[in-house]
Amino acid sequence: MRRLVSDTLVIAERNLVRLPRAPDLLLAFTVQPIMFVLLFVYVFGGAISTPGYSYVDFLIPGIIVQNIAFGGFVTAIGLNEDLHKGLIDRFRSLPMARPAVLAGRTLADVVTNTLSVVVLVITGLIIGFSFSTSAGEILAGFGILLLFGYAFSWVFALLGLLVNSPESANSLGFIAVFPLTFISSAFVPVDSMPEALQWFADINPFTIVVDAMRALWLGAPAGNSIWGAVAWSLVILAVFAPLAVARYRRAAGGR
Amino acid sequence: MTTNLQDRAMRSEPPLTNDATIRVRGVVKHYGEVRALDGVDLEAAPGTVLGLLGPNGAGKTTAVRVMTTLLKPDAGEITVAGLDAIRDAARLRERIGLAGQYAAVDENLTGVENLTMVGRLYGMPRAAAKQRARELLERFDLSEAGTRPARGYSGGMRRRLDLAAALVARPPVLFLDEPTTGLDPRSRLALWETIEGLVADGTTVLLTTQYLDEADRLADRIAVIDHGKVIADGTSDELKDRVGGERLEIKLSDGAQADVVRETLAPMAAEPPFSEDGLVKLTVRQRTGSIVEAVRRLDEAGVGVDDIGLKRPTLDDVFLTLTGHAAEESDDQQEEQR
Repeated sequence: MRRLVSDTLVIAERNLVRLPRAPDLLLAFTVQPIMFVLLFVYVFGGAISTPGYSYVDFLIPGIIVQNIAFGGFVTAIGLNEDLHKGLIDRFRSLPMARPAVLAGRTLADVVTNTLSVVVLVITGLIIGFSFSTSAGEILAGFGILLLFGYAFSWVFALLGLLVNSPESANSLGFIAVFPLTFISSAFVPVDSMPEALQWFADINPFTIVVDAMRALWLGAPAGNSIWGAVAWSLVILAVFAPLAVARYRRAAGGR
Repeated sequence: MTTNLQDRAMRSEPPLTNDATIRVRGVVKHYGEVRALDGVDLEAAPGTVLGLLGPNGAGKTTAVRVMTTLLKPDAGEITVAGLDAIRDAARLRERIGLAGQYAAVDENLTGVENLTMVGRLYGMPRAAAKQRARELLERFDLSEAGTRPARGYSGGMRRRLDLAAALVARPPVLFLDEPTTGLDPRSRLALWETIEGLVADGTTVLLTTQYLDEADRLADRIAVIDHGKVIADGTSDELKDRVGGERLEIKLSDGAQADVVRETLAPMAAEPPFSEDGLVKLTVRQRTGSIVEAVRRLDEAGVGVDDIGLKRPTLDDVFLTLTGHAAEESDDQQEEQR
């Protein structure tokens, strides 16, 4: 167990140390989400009606949830590169804890996710977003975001170990995550959608997490969304973490 | 306790009959329909180099992967450094170093960071890992580059860093999968010298290669592998002897005299001499004095000679004789090049 913790930290450190040296990655965490916030608020914002809230207030919790789901891309692409460059073979030949490579990656994602959440919140505050809840609720919101993002990183870890190239990790992830985030309450109120999409949006975990964020940051009615968001995150984690580790072990010769 | 004893009895572990550091017996590995390893036996004595020689796709890398615990064989026994590669995989990983076919370095980390990371993953404290990283960089002539990200390294530098990473924990057994593929001749020679130094210090090395000169120079014993099977093994000399004795090669000034030469030299030859484009080749009955005798006979017959020499058969000849195809390239690659 001690070995798992220390090996995980070594791998997490490795993935964070390289960040400032890969400026394209840093841009993906900072400039890109800011660009999306500005585009949505100023291009679509005027045309979307969000009763009870200004569009900025409505959008920020939603776009942050979308953004955090995409945070795991770094894991998918990075793991796939490691696989092809022989680094995974090297790690597998070392006497290290087996889940540490994946646990370290996903832990590093938590740090980068935190960075991009902070960047987005600051951007939001500048263009008119405001919290209308207590400090405790705001912090709980951050907690749910990071938990959900962490769970999603394991989905991407599995993806990265399954596909043939970083490019296909990228496009497959996009195809899967993009519709999921859009057919949810993240960008528009669900009741403005056609009925079939409403049905999907209502059971979509993204809607539940976004609703939880609006409850915790804007004081919107929570319903079951807060516990639902926590439960969804734990279920995703419970399903995908073992699958990803099993895949890693299998590729490691079944050990 | 009883269960333990029963377990042990049921496993009927065969006692090691010798002190081989690497022992592989009857290893089979399938990938779907393909038999990547088809009953492979290998053995390397302590402090020696075992060369695994074969073309692309022969099963060399799969063999390395099962020996380094990366892959579980479908059948067979593997013992490395006294540990079973299947049952004792975790402990075995502490005693082996692996440098794979690709220089497995993190391009975004510096040389020091790469090696320190590996050291810490072997369980070394940070300070000790860093110290060891510096030592290795010094040894591999990378001290200066050690503070720069590996992205800017040349192919040779990456390979050296990769080999250094395999040596972090001072493993008694080292697996090198095509360590010099893609290197320029100078870097190749430097890497050969490094490997020779490691062996002189007592490291046991298993090395795969598709280069005959590399196996010839580094390996104490060579196992020739093709289609997942070891088709020959022995020392370089033993393998060459299997192909036949030494050949006398004579380059004629006038190619038209080849028939005369074949007739003149026939009494010296073990088999009928062979000629092509003014070059006569014959396997001599007796090595000693054969050049002098040949020159005398040719002089008497009034034949002009440009060049004459005794040639040992090369491993190329060995491979061609054993497999019916050349070693340097697989059939597929030759196909592609046409």
